[in-house]
Amino acid sequence: MSLDEVKIGGMGASRRRVEDNRFIRGKGNYVDDIVLPGMLHMEILRSPVAHARIKSIDTSAAWDVPGVRLVLTGEMMAARNLAWMPTLSYDTAAVLATDKVRFQGQEVCAVIADDPYIAKDACGKIVVDYEILPPIVNPVQAAAPDAVQIRDDKAGQVGNKIFDWEIGDKARTDKAFQDADVVSKIELHYPRTHPSPMETCGSLADYDRATGKLTVYLTTQAPHIVRAAVAMVAELPEQNIRIVSPDIGGGFGNKVPIYPGYVVAILASILTEKPVKWIEDKTGNLTSTGFGRDVYLKGEMALRKDGKILGVRMNTISDHGAFFADAQPSKFKIGLMHSAFAAYDIPTAHMFATGYYTNKAPGGVAYRCSFRVTEAMFFQERMVQAAADDLGMDQAEFRRVNFVKDEQHPHRTAFGFLTDSGQYEKCLDIGLEAIGYKNFAAEKAEAAKRGRLLGIGISTMTEPLGAGNSREYDILGIKMFDSAELRIHMSGKAILRTGSRGQGTGHETTWAQIVAHELGIPADDILVEEGDTDTAPFGMGTYASRSTPVAGAAIAMVARKVRAKARKLAAHLLEVSEEDIEWELGRFYVRGNQERGVTIQDCAMAAYSNMPDGMEPGLENVAYYDPPNLTWPFACYIAKIEIDPETGVWDVLQFVAVDDCGVRINPMIVEGQIMGGLTEAYAMANMQYQTYDEEGNIIGGNYMDFLLPTAWETPGFELYEVVTPCPHHPIGAKGVGECATVGGPAAFVNAVMDALKDKGVRNIDMPLMPNRVYEALTTGKDVYGMPPVRSGN
Amino acid sequence: MYPSRFNYESPKTIAEAIKLLDAGNGEAKILAGGQSLIPMIKLRFAFPEQIVDINNIPGLDYIRFDADGSLHIGALVRHEHLEKSVEISMRQPTIAAAAPLVSDPIVRTRGTFVGSVCHADPQGDWAATMIALKGHLVVQGPKGTRTIAMKDFVLGPYANSLNYNEIAIEAVIPAPKGVARGGYLKLERRVGDFATASVAVALDMSGDTVLGAGFALAGVGGKTIDANDAASVLIGQKLTDATIAKVAALVAAKAEPRTDHRGSAEYKRHIVEIFVKRILVANSTQKVA
Amino acid sequence: MSSLYEEINAPLASDIPIRRVTINVNGEARTANVEPRLLLAHLLRQGFKLTGTHSGCDTTSCGACTVLFDGRPIKSCTMFAVQADGHDVQTVEGLASASELHPLQEGFKQEHALQCGFCTPGMMMAAKALLEENLNPTEDEIRWALSGNLCRCTGYQNIVKAVLWAAEKMRAELN
Repeated sequence: MSLDEVKIGGMGASRRRVEDNRFIRGKGNYVDDIVLPGMLHMEILRSPVAHARIKSIDTSAAWDVPGVRLVLTGEMMAARNLAWMPTLSYDTAAVLATDKVRFQGQEVCAVIADDPYIAKDACGKIVVDYEILPPIVNPVQAAAPDAVQIRDDKAGQVGNKIFDWEIGDKARTDKAFQDADVVSKIELHYPRTHPSPMETCGSLADYDRATGKLTVYLTTQAPHIVRAAVAMVAELPEQNIRIVSPDIGGGFGNKVPIYPGYVVAILASILTEKPVKWIEDKTGNLTSTGFGRDVYLKGEMALRKDGKILGVRMNTISDHGAFFADAQPSKFKIGLMHSAFAAYDIPTAHMFATGYYTNKAPGGVAYRCSFRVTEAMFFQERMVQAAADDLGMDQAEFRRVNFVKDEQHPHRTAFGFLTDSGQYEKCLDIGLEAIGYKNFAAEKAEAAKRGRLLGIGISTMTEPLGAGNSREYDILGIKMFDSAELRIHMSGKAILRTGSRGQGTGHETTWAQIVAHELGIPADDILVEEGDTDTAPFGMGTYASRSTPVAGAAIAMVARKVRAKARKLAAHLLEVSEEDIEWELGRFYVRGNQERGVTIQDCAMAAYSNMPDGMEPGLENVAYYDPPNLTWPFACYIAKIEIDPETGVWDVLQFVAVDDCGVRINPMIVEGQIMGGLTEAYAMANMQYQTYDEEGNIIGGNYMDFLLPTAWETPGFELYEVVTPCPHHPIGAKGVGECATVGGPAAFVNAVMDALKDKGVRNIDMPLMPNRVYEALTTGKDVYGMPPVRSGN
Repeated sequence: MYPSRFNYESPKTIAEAIKLLDAGNGEAKILAGGQSLIPMIKLRFAFPEQIVDINNIPGLDYIRFDADGSLHIGALVRHEHLEKSVEISMRQPTIAAAAPLVSDPIVRTRGTFVGSVCHADPQGDWAATMIALKGHLVVQGPKGTRTIAMKDFVLGPYANSLNYNEIAIEAVIPAPKGVARGGYLKLERRVGDFATASVAVALDMSGDTVLGAGFALAGVGGKTIDANDAASVLIGQKLTDATIAKVAALVAAKAEPRTDHRGSAEYKRHIVEIFVKRILVANSTQKVA
Repeated sequence: MSSLYEEINAPLASDIPIRRVTINVNGEARTANVEPRLLLAHLLRQGFKLTGTHSGCDTTSCGACTVLFDGRPIKSCTMFAVQADGHDVQTVEGLASASELHPLQEGFKQEHALQCGFCTPGMMMAAKALLEENLNPTEDEIRWALSGNLCRCTGYQNIVKAVLWAAEKMRAELN
């Protein structure tokens, strides 16, 4: 009798989450919850201005505050060769400022004291004399011939440009445009935004001089990368560095980079020989840590009259802030921007990308997104809608005509990616049916009678998730594999460790389900442990929706290795040769005699108590998995919105999401990811952004200005599912965590633009705040969102 | 997130509180709901030397309609008390409409009506509401009690006409001659957001005739905007498309908005006009209670 | 942390005002010496080691620190610990009894109403306050009552379901 897989919490079971048991009791263990004896607290003094030369820093009054143990400045960091650190994009970033401050919120000094109140008091006593320099808040200013150079620290740096980069076939694309019947164009800004997990960044560094061991509890999505980086920067032996990533209060890419606060806290612990805790405040998080987007996108599409796309040109100008610190593992300067249009069968494409320094916060850039995929898909779907409108073609039909057909897979995109599977039309059809696309015209006419404008917006896209493969992706030279280590105890219970790190994504639950699926051990019998570099196998961490595609695959592979050994044990127990053993979930049996068998638990016991001669005892293994390709989930999102033309306020009437992320391990968790992602998509379309004024002051530096939607505004989402298994993943799964944030925004924006179609407006930059919609509606002109924002009359 | 040091006192009587304020010589700050003051202290935008916490003074949490129809709101009435008060919902529609729009529901359990009026935030809902309702504050100081009319109370952003040693102990809203009508609308991008524009409208109606009207605006100027002057065109009139359009334009002209990331000055002014119209239209079609 | 000055060895200015407060936390009287500037959230977390109450922002916006103060939900980052002297405070740690979970805790798990768990305690405390007033809330009433609490992971839909789940269970228990 084979086991019921859903009952044992295997694949396809909406198993309730194991981690919830502590979270619902308030017993999570986040970095700020950890207390070590004698612990000191660190606070950072940040620059109030965007661009200035530091003339002097006087910390004497801070040292005099009772309870202060250490005040660190850039100069003191420089004396230890730690004033600057390498970034993940092969640039340098300041740890504590020495020469200049280059963005508002930049780290200038740190105070370590007996408690954070005292540390904050002392920060207020530090006197920094700034000589103000002109701030640069957008790439146009950065590129101006007389622009002040932001990175005057870098030998060989000319002006403020970081890179020029191109990809695609220019000559062939030029030809396609010559042959086109219609050329459609669009230009837009994907505004700067922030991943903004509820928990900010923080660390607790504990250096023990007696043992030489450095333990750091850290809000990181990639503890092993941090260990490698600390070994490089701090020149400590790697075996003496232990990075522990405890419960993470949300990551969304914000907790991938290594931040100055971490480095300073580590040094402070080494200098004071006490544990030093640094917990960033929300303002610090929003003004200095990894943001997302901030790209100007321009492009055009060569079209044949019948709707066929002949070619695409794209031009991107990205604003990286003060340091080129994109946390991304590809060899491509603008990340995976050229994954744009992967769902469409387009013969040729060309992209030109330029990056600039500005006086804005650096780093990050991938917010719930595989390295610019969000900008790529947003541009793609805005372009597709504009093209359909220019052709006078129905937007759904235009997509249908140009989709890569199911049987065309594997399909090489015009930019060189290989998509391997999908049923794009099927997803679109389900979405159109659910939203009532056929009746929309009547509905729109009905609403017009009430003075309301209705719009419907579609976003269909396939995106590359799960970096990577080692041929094309690495971080600091380390290839983008991941790992799993599985040990079956003699009672048949197990412990599984991986190199990934969940951040609310349910790893402790789903990882056990993969093992249950492969071995038939009930998921409840499997403990999943992650995040401690002393115990977990080396892995590249959790971001880019890579956990299931890479670590998840490693888990399946390690379970199979364990099963292979168990098979030998089964043969021994059943006294037949291995070739005569068959497997069904949880059990080996003798071919031709299903009654005669042993369970996986029997095999586990035998591995410790009754192994055949010559067999190594124990039942455990480790697997490192290097995926052959990225995974390519597909999504179709459709929004129906209504605009109040008197105010520009728009409401979502209905939202339909059809996701094909391959085989779903835990459908409940997959749906949770989609709903969460759609909420962030809604937020970006509607309210959540960061901008800057002329002086380089950030707007969106705390939760009073950086708006996350509440339960009240957030619409409901209707979810649908299509399953096209990933052909190269051991269990057929694809990434999903980012699909909705990546594909969602265009559905909302396209819907609003659809409602304004006959007003002569081609684009409103996100967020589509009521004032912007109203302006477009009443002027008939596009609304651009490039900073600096207007202020004053 | 970490306030600077201050001395804290929690008097049990108003007299004791006034004594502390007086001794504080302008450096003492009253703490009522604290939902504006404490965030400012946490961000170190405010550094009071002395906090006088009035939450332990008994008898200040009343909402009372006197026999003459005037409404009295004690200094410790929280926003949620007004939001949930059945009497308010039946008798004072401007306050009833504004109450649920103040900040967010958790803040509303703690923040106070009178404290919010005193805070005089140009974005504040209650100062605008009080101006439209032509209310006054009863304040108590070392020399006794006096009243300050709302039109004289808000001096500028975060500035009111209280002396440093006075406490506003009660807000009073005069009785309508007829029936109190009105409303409150606020354009915010999400719950708890600063207003792009807010409009308070207070009407005193007899049947469908306007006996009195008040208008005030928040979020569209350097301080709460008193637009009561505009009301004269409605007095003795009915709410018709023509009178509504006329008064809405006059009220909008009173706005002093700035262009910023929430919208252009013209847009905000336009929203004021639309909101005035919407509130008046809603009142013109409502059946009189 | 300055809630427990006895633990701090550093010389402190003698004019620092220290107050002794006694707060009834989850039904148990807890006493601490605090500086007036200490926020209630910090006393709960560092002083009383009740780390289920989280600090999510600096601006009284996120609600991760929501606790019940004399039965009503407040943001504990926006109250000084001294103000709670003599009052009742309930935190997430007080939701479950020794033997069983509160229906909201069960509902949050059943309906997958949490992911990273950071906003969850505040969200549950706000929901508890709602259910104490209204055991049969509509979806809109739940969304409204929770609009002072931000969640970044779930998208709220399942949080609403979880509160409905708990309400139904609590109604059934009454009958």
